[in-house]
Amino acid sequence: MTTVTTSTDTGAATPAPVARDFRLIDSTLRDGSHAISHQYTVEQVVAIVKGLDAAGVQVIECAHGDGLGGSSFNYGFSKVDELLLVEAAVQATTDAQIACLLVPGIGTVDDLKRVRDLGVDVARIAVHCTEADITEQHIKAAKELGMEAVGFLMMSHMNTPAGLLAQAKLLQGFGADTVYIADSAGAMTTNEVRARVAEIVGGIDVPLGVHAHQNLSLAVANSIAAYEEGARNLDGTSAGLGAGAGNCPTEILAAVCEKNGIVSGVDVLKLMDVAEEVTRPLMDRQQVVDRAGLLLGYAGVYGSFLLHAQRAAERYGVSQADILLELGRRKVVGGQEDMIIDVAVELARKHAALEVTP
Amino acid sequence: MGLPVAIIGSGNIGTDLMYKLERSEVLDLVALIGIDPESEGLKRARDRGFEAPANGIDWVKDNPDAVQIVFDATSAYVHVRHAKVLAELGITAVDLTPAARGPKVIAAVNLLEHLDAPNVNMVTCGGQATTPMVAAVSRVARVPYAEMVSAVSSKSAGPGTRQNIDEFTRTTARALEEIGGAEIGKAIIILNPAEPPINMRNTVFCALPEGTDHAAVIASIEAMVADVAAYVPGYRLKQPPLIEEGPFSTPGGVVPFRSVTLLEVEGAGDYLPTYAGNLDIMTAAAVRVGEAMAAHRASGTPTADQQEVTA
Repeated sequence: MTTVTTSTDTGAATPAPVARDFRLIDSTLRDGSHAISHQYTVEQVVAIVKGLDAAGVQVIECAHGDGLGGSSFNYGFSKVDELLLVEAAVQATTDAQIACLLVPGIGTVDDLKRVRDLGVDVARIAVHCTEADITEQHIKAAKELGMEAVGFLMMSHMNTPAGLLAQAKLLQGFGADTVYIADSAGAMTTNEVRARVAEIVGGIDVPLGVHAHQNLSLAVANSIAAYEEGARNLDGTSAGLGAGAGNCPTEILAAVCEKNGIVSGVDVLKLMDVAEEVTRPLMDRQQVVDRAGLLLGYAGVYGSFLLHAQRAAERYGVSQADILLELGRRKVVGGQEDMIIDVAVELARKHAALEVTP
Repeated sequence: MGLPVAIIGSGNIGTDLMYKLERSEVLDLVALIGIDPESEGLKRARDRGFEAPANGIDWVKDNPDAVQIVFDATSAYVHVRHAKVLAELGITAVDLTPAARGPKVIAAVNLLEHLDAPNVNMVTCGGQATTPMVAAVSRVARVPYAEMVSAVSSKSAGPGTRQNIDEFTRTTARALEEIGGAEIGKAIIILNPAEPPINMRNTVFCALPEGTDHAAVIASIEAMVADVAAYVPGYRLKQPPLIEEGPFSTPGGVVPFRSVTLLEVEGAGDYLPTYAGNLDIMTAAAVRVGEAMAAHRASGTPTADQQEVTA
């Protein structure tokens, strides 16, 4: 694939409207929700939307971390009804579009209609990377509602480049305006990202996006590589707030793009301010690649399992690392958070059995 | 002689149901009805000595006295048409599609409530698997909120499920409320493509308000598991029933505890592979309902003894 270079001089002052080399979608208010156990308040949503919007981010995603309807025992209950948060996001933005994520099997078309009524423009329909055919009714509904429909393939490390292309074609066939591959486990090396993006870009007619995670410390590098291979949508979150070891940090991605001469159209310094002054103060923990975070990427485990596994480990007195490794062995996919309890209880029973038989 | 019945729909579900009905002592399977004479299901039906017509519902119209119950394993769309025809002929429909024309029946919970209904609906696989666990809790405690999570192997999810997955979540959530007894119900389904295919897994969470007798909840769940396993042999607890401490801010209010029931359903392997417990529980539950109807017709109201026999 070609490496796109730009003739635009990217100075500190970026005039609007800008010709952008790619579209930046910020998911702080959706994927970031995992990292704070879905405890966003309206005030926090408004502050983040205003900051990102002023910095020139084009699309801001807001929903429960597991998408619309995700508030549950299995994924954690939202502190504030996500519809109130979405409504606040829509009202706080001036230029940026608001997006929502929906996982078929968790949310329904009813949820999509409700957020459309609130003014949401973009529907990201997320599905495990081999199951695209369950998104047909949701993608079609999004189109009928006049929304941009994005087909979003999760856990893309679990499918081959050719397999992902076939899934991307299904999404395109249902009417998706954009197709994404998400490295939900932060498990892909840069070469693996390149191979997948190159294969898909060559086989579909709609733009491709990449959503990267930080578990192998490769989120920014993988996003840049994806751009070089032809991806024209990239995801980030402010300060990297997100599932697992975090997402591709929006402000770092923007900074690296600028140094590489890739025009993101966003104000890097303003994004740094948002990250430092708005996002970091609300974080429960800094996004670092600690042992558990690295294990997710190493074992290919869904990033949002991290905190659930930590809680189950404490509840049942077993090791979080052991839980994550066993989940990887079982090839559990995104959404199966209940299996964390299953694994934790089983480990606890095994330990108990060892203790009573000396 | 048992009660004469037919199956319409010769796909995976209809064919699996054929093997289960063949074993029934109170239901006599007459025909497996399809629309493609070359289908695997009709071939197998012929091999086993059943009538295997390929003219769909017309066979029932042509033979209105041949059967008293028709199990419909086609699709929701087709069943709407079938329901009308069967009602006009006075033939009872046991509907395994999501069409939901008649009352919902969860075999372990409300089996005896709709024995005279002209059309009963078998809800969803997840509904059959998890509603009994919610009912088990709600018979000993108030359940302000209940939630089920079903994971099934990708191979066991057919095109009907895939094209309308919202139907699954909506219908199952309603069953948790209407039949399970939860004040608010939520359903989640996940498809897992792992090879070898996973067995069906279900997890049922119930919100437990202050003052709930936890020992009674656990005992009730264990008893209900045995009731379901009586007609679905591969239905089992994966771990003992758990009571986890919160607090949990559920849509039904803040509760101090929740019950967590981790279930696995392994299929009987009649026609569908054993991993397809989700399909097996539907066909097994449908047989259970058909047998209860037969017992009811034979003797007026079925006694507890007859239920034992038919189980």
